[in-house]
Amino acid sequence: MILDVVIFYGAALVALVSGLFVIAQRSPINSAFSLIITMCSLAVMFAMLGSGFIAALQVIVYAGAIMVLFLFVIMLLNTKQDEGDRGGGIGRAGIALGIILAVQSVMVVWKGAAGLPAKHAVTVSADVGRGLFASPRYLYAFEATSILIISAMVGAIVVARKEKEKGK
Amino acid sequence: MPNLDTLYTSTLGGFQAAHDGFVQVALAVSAFLFVIGAVGVFIRRNVITVMMCIELMLNAVNLAFIAFSRAHGTIDGQILVFFVFTVAAAEAAVGLAIVIALQRNREDLDVDSFNLLKG
Repeated sequence: MILDVVIFYGAALVALVSGLFVIAQRSPINSAFSLIITMCSLAVMFAMLGSGFIAALQVIVYAGAIMVLFLFVIMLLNTKQDEGDRGGGIGRAGIALGIILAVQSVMVVWKGAAGLPAKHAVTVSADVGRGLFASPRYLYAFEATSILIISAMVGAIVVARKEKEKGK
Repeated sequence: MPNLDTLYTSTLGGFQAAHDGFVQVALAVSAFLFVIGAVGVFIRRNVITVMMCIELMLNAVNLAFIAFSRAHGTIDGQILVFFVFTVAAAEAAVGLAIVIALQRNREDLDVDSFNLLKG
């Protein structure tokens, strides 16, 4: 069928263009909206690659929760616009690093990933749940993740809390 | 109402023939998104934009995980993406708390102005 090719390549193109807009925009709020578009088109690519559960999580967790947190903070702080790109050594080093990384990744993907098969068919949420919980393989990683989340929660509250006035 | 999993499987089931080239395209998109995020970390001044570039790099890595999960026929790539989601959520929560504290104490979000630890 031609429809799936059109959807997949269209999503890939939208992801790349809006990804470029993330770093090309002056104001952070435009970057945030571009990033939301990138994440939604990446979700389309996940679904076309057969990972429907992860595609749903991508929309719910990333585009829905994390980016809303970003937008909330941007609007709360009402930040000024970015005054142009960073010049000087760090800016030039970033451009040089980008060129080197791009050349390397083109070489690796062109040579190394050619002819990779698409073995696995379509997986659903039950398959992910079975992979995660059916064997004790991910037991420690899962428990460590819960510790990470609770410490991040406590840390965020402690850092963002308003300091009490001295002497009270 | 039909089961969503069944609906998804039957919709994508008709698409199986042309999927072989998708893995390489997904890896190329992943690599370029990672490069865009890495360059953005260096050239942007605003702390919030820099954090969004980090999220962009995490997303690019997620796409590579999904593509390799597809290529190798195992579910482990998707489970690692699951863990990356939780780490990204924790990172965003703590990072944005630091941004709020910075704005409250310094009233400035330019990364060049935070050089207290510079030797």
